[in-house]
Amino acid sequence: MARLIRTQKEVEGRFEDLWLVVEEDALEQWPAGPGAVVGRPAARIDGFPRARGEATFTADVRFAGMLHAAVLRSPFAHARAERVDLSPALAAPGVRAAIGPGDAPELQPECNYEGAAVAVVCADTPEQARAAVELVRVDWVELEAVIDSEEAVRRGLLIGTRRQERGDRERGLAEADVVVEGTYRTQTVLHNSMETHQSVCRWVGDTLEAYTSTQYVWGVRDELASRFDVPGDRVRVISEYLGGGFGSKADAGDYTLLAAELARRTGRPVRCALSRREEHVAAGNRNATVQRLVVGAKADGTLTALGGDFVNAVGYSGWSAMTEGPMQMLYACPNVMTVTHGAKLNMPPMKAFRAPGFVEGTFGLECLLDELATKLDLDPLELRRRNHAATTPGDGRAYSSKRLLECYDRAERHWERRHAVRARSTETVKYGVGLASQVWFGGGGPPSYAWVRVGADGCAAVVTATQDVGTGMRTTLAQIAAEELGLPLEQITVSLGDTASGPYSTLSAGSSTTASMGPAVRAAAADAKQQILELAAQRYESGVASLGLEGGSIVTTAGERHPLGELVGLLGNGQILGRGARGPNPAGMTVLTFGVQVAEVAVDVETGEVTVERIAAIHDVGRVINPLGASSQVEGGVIQGIGHTLSEERLVDPGSGRVLTRTLDAYRMPTIADVPEIVCELLDEPDPHLTNLGSKGLGEPPIVPVAAAIANAIRDATGADVRSLPIGRAEMLRALAEARERERSRGAPAAV
Amino acid sequence: MLVTVNGDEYAVDAPVDASLAETLRGRIGLNGTKVACDEGHCGACTVLVDGAPTLSCITLVHRIDAQPVTTIEGLRDHPLVASFVAADAVQCGFCTPGQIVSAVALVERCPEPSADDIRHAMSGNLCRCGTYPKIEEAIRRWRG
Repeated sequence: MARLIRTQKEVEGRFEDLWLVVEEDALEQWPAGPGAVVGRPAARIDGFPRARGEATFTADVRFAGMLHAAVLRSPFAHARAERVDLSPALAAPGVRAAIGPGDAPELQPECNYEGAAVAVVCADTPEQARAAVELVRVDWVELEAVIDSEEAVRRGLLIGTRRQERGDRERGLAEADVVVEGTYRTQTVLHNSMETHQSVCRWVGDTLEAYTSTQYVWGVRDELASRFDVPGDRVRVISEYLGGGFGSKADAGDYTLLAAELARRTGRPVRCALSRREEHVAAGNRNATVQRLVVGAKADGTLTALGGDFVNAVGYSGWSAMTEGPMQMLYACPNVMTVTHGAKLNMPPMKAFRAPGFVEGTFGLECLLDELATKLDLDPLELRRRNHAATTPGDGRAYSSKRLLECYDRAERHWERRHAVRARSTETVKYGVGLASQVWFGGGGPPSYAWVRVGADGCAAVVTATQDVGTGMRTTLAQIAAEELGLPLEQITVSLGDTASGPYSTLSAGSSTTASMGPAVRAAAADAKQQILELAAQRYESGVASLGLEGGSIVTTAGERHPLGELVGLLGNGQILGRGARGPNPAGMTVLTFGVQVAEVAVDVETGEVTVERIAAIHDVGRVINPLGASSQVEGGVIQGIGHTLSEERLVDPGSGRVLTRTLDAYRMPTIADVPEIVCELLDEPDPHLTNLGSKGLGEPPIVPVAAAIANAIRDATGADVRSLPIGRAEMLRALAEARERERSRGAPAAV
Repeated sequence: MLVTVNGDEYAVDAPVDASLAETLRGRIGLNGTKVACDEGHCGACTVLVDGAPTLSCITLVHRIDAQPVTTIEGLRDHPLVASFVAADAVQCGFCTPGQIVSAVALVERCPEPSADDIRHAMSGNLCRCGTYPKIEEAIRRWRG
C-alpha cells in the first residue's frame, strides 16, 4: 500500500525534507553471492551501438531546418554591458534571430563571472552563428571582481556558513597528548565530459521537445515547464545516450533554456552546444577549498578532538559542498567542531563533481591523520582501526551495514607490501606506500518507478525514464529483471532517457541510480512474474505457490517444466504489465558506503616528479550486480582521482580572474600512459536493511580516497608533507625542501 | 569534390574551410565519428586517411584529395569492436569510435602489441570515464 511520509532525502551530500509517497518493499532479498545473472560479469547490452558509433547522442541529433546557436559570454569576471547592439549580427549571412538582455532571463546585462551569457545568435550553420556572434557590439564597463575565497569570507560575501559541533573541541585538545595542525588546499578542477553540454529544442504544437545531454531528464523537464509556463507533460525531455556528466549535467543550463527560447521565436528546431573552450568556463567545476585542520590524540592514537575551518570557493552561485563531511563522519571522536564557509566570488559557479566536498575533505583529513600517525610513531592502518566508529558519530544511530573493518583487513596484504616497496628506493628515486579511508553516501531513495512488459515472444522490456551516463545502467537493470524473471539477459531490453515514455526515475548522480532504480525494477519484474504465475496456475491447473520461473520456463515443485513461450504465446498481442516502485530507506538507520585504498608511488627527488605505480581499491557498496561494470567504475574513479591529485588544475589569472586553461592540452587529464596497476576488490555483501537488493552506489566512492592515499604514500617515501593539490613538481620540490629543513633543524641527517 | 569513405564515393559541396569531421558528420551523415574538442587535442574524431590515424576535426576536407578515408562505420565488423565490448572498454562511449580507429591502425602495423606499444599508440585518445585499463586489455586480446 502507498504511504505518505515526511522524510529526508540526500543527493550529493545535500539533504532536503520532503513529502514522499512510498510503496512497501515486500520482497525478500536474494541470498548473498552470484545468482543466475545478478552478480555475474556481463558485457554491456548497449556496448555495440556505442562502440560502433551507432548510438545517437545529443551531438548527433539533427532535424530538417535546424538552426545553430552561438552564445556571447562575458570575457570579464565582473562587468556590465551598458549597451548591446545586435544589429550587425542580425545583418550577417544566415542569421535568423539574435537576442540580448531583456529578451530572456538567461541573458543579463550585469555579468558576475566570466562565461555568463549576455546575448545569443542563431543561424543556418554553426559557422555562421559563431561568425555572427562575434559581430555583436557590447559597451562593457568593468567592475571590481572578488576572486579570492579568503578575501570573500573576510568581506562577508558568503553562500552559506555551516557550524557543526559535538562535544567540546577545546577540552578535547587540552586532553590530547599530541596535537597536529595543518592547512590543506585543493584546486579547482573541471569535469570535461567528452560530450560537451548541449541541447536541441523544438516546439511540436504546444509541446516542447528537448534533446539534451543530461543526468536528470525529469529535472530538466520541470525547469523548462516552469520557465515556459507550460504543464510538465507538455515538455518532453530525451537523453538516450550521453557522453559523460560526472555531476555537471544535472540541470537544464542556459544552453537548453536559450535553445528553447530561440526555437519558440523562430519556429525552428535549434541546437545550442558549448564549445570545448566554453566548457572550461561555463559548465561548472569542482571548486577549490582551503582547510585549516587540527587533530588531538592520546599517545595510543585515540582521537580526542578534531577541528576544521573550511572555505569552499563556490563561485557566483551554486552550493557549498560538505567538505567537512569526512571529518564529521569517519571517526569515533567525541569532540568535533567544523565551520564551513561558502565563498561567493566573481568566478564560474561550481557544480557537483563526483563526490563533491568529500574528495576534497578526505584529502585534508586523511593526510592529517597520517601526519598524526608519524608523530605518534603508530602504524597508519592501526590508527584508523583504533578510531573506527561502530555507530554513527554524534547521534549513535546504527548503520544499515558497515564493513569498513573488513575493508581494512583486506587492505592488509597490500599494506604489507610497503617494506618491499620502500626497499627499492635509490639515491634519487624514493618509493613508498600510503592509504586512506573512504566514507560517502550512495544509498539512493524513493521516489523511483519502473515498469516491466512481457509479450507473447517471452521477452521482457524494462521501461524506465532514468539515464545511463556511461555507468552501464541499462545492463545493471536488465540483469536485475533477468534474475527475477528467470530469463537469460539476451531476452531483456531496457528503455530509458525519455520523460514521455517511462515513469519518473531519480537523477543519475550521487551514486544513487542502482540503489534507487534497481529495487524498483526488481519490484516491477516481481509483479509481472506474479501475474505470469497466476496465469500458469490456471493453464496448468496448479497452485501458484507451487510454481516458479527459471531458465525461461515455468517450473513446478514437482519438477515439470513448461517453456514460458508456451504460456505467454497464448497472449497474442496481449501483454503482461508489471509495476514497481522504490521502497523507503530503513527508518532510523544511517546508510553509507565505505572503503580504503592503498597507493604505491615513486618520487624522483631531483625533479619532483611523482609516479603512481599501483592502487588497490577496496570498497563496501553492498551487493554488486555486475562485477565487470563495477570494476570499470572503480578504475575510472581512481584514474580521475589521479588526474585530480597530480596534473589537473584550472588556472586563473589572479589579476583579472580570467580562466587561462581553456583547452584539453592546457588542462591536463590522465591519458592511457598515466594509468598504474589498479586492483579492485569489492566486498559484495548485501546490505541486509537496504531495499530488496541490498545494493548501494559505486560511481563516486572510488575517487574519494585517491588524493590522500597518494599524498600519504609520498610521505612514506620521502618524509615530505604535501598539503596542496595538484602535486606538481613545484609543490613536490617545496615539500621536499621543507622536509629537509625540518630534519636539519632537528640536527638529524636528512632522509632525502 | 569527391571523397571516398569506407569504399563509397561521395560528391560533396564543402566550403574551403570545412573540416573532414564536419563533412563526414554534417554533409555525408556518418555520425560515428565524434567531435569532442574540435581542435585536435583529444582524439575522439580519429579516422584513417590512407590507413593512417588522422584527427578529422583539424584536417581540411579539401586536403584529402583521392586518399581513401575509413571511419568507424567501415570498421563495424572489425574484431576490435567485439573485443572492446567484451572487455567493457566502453563506458559513455563518446570517445570509443576514435579509440577503436586508433587501435585498428595499431594492430595493422603491429599485430601483437606490447603494453608499451599500446600506451604509446593510444595516448592521443582521451577517455574521461577512465576506461584505459579495459582498452589496454581489449587491444591485447583483439584476436579473441
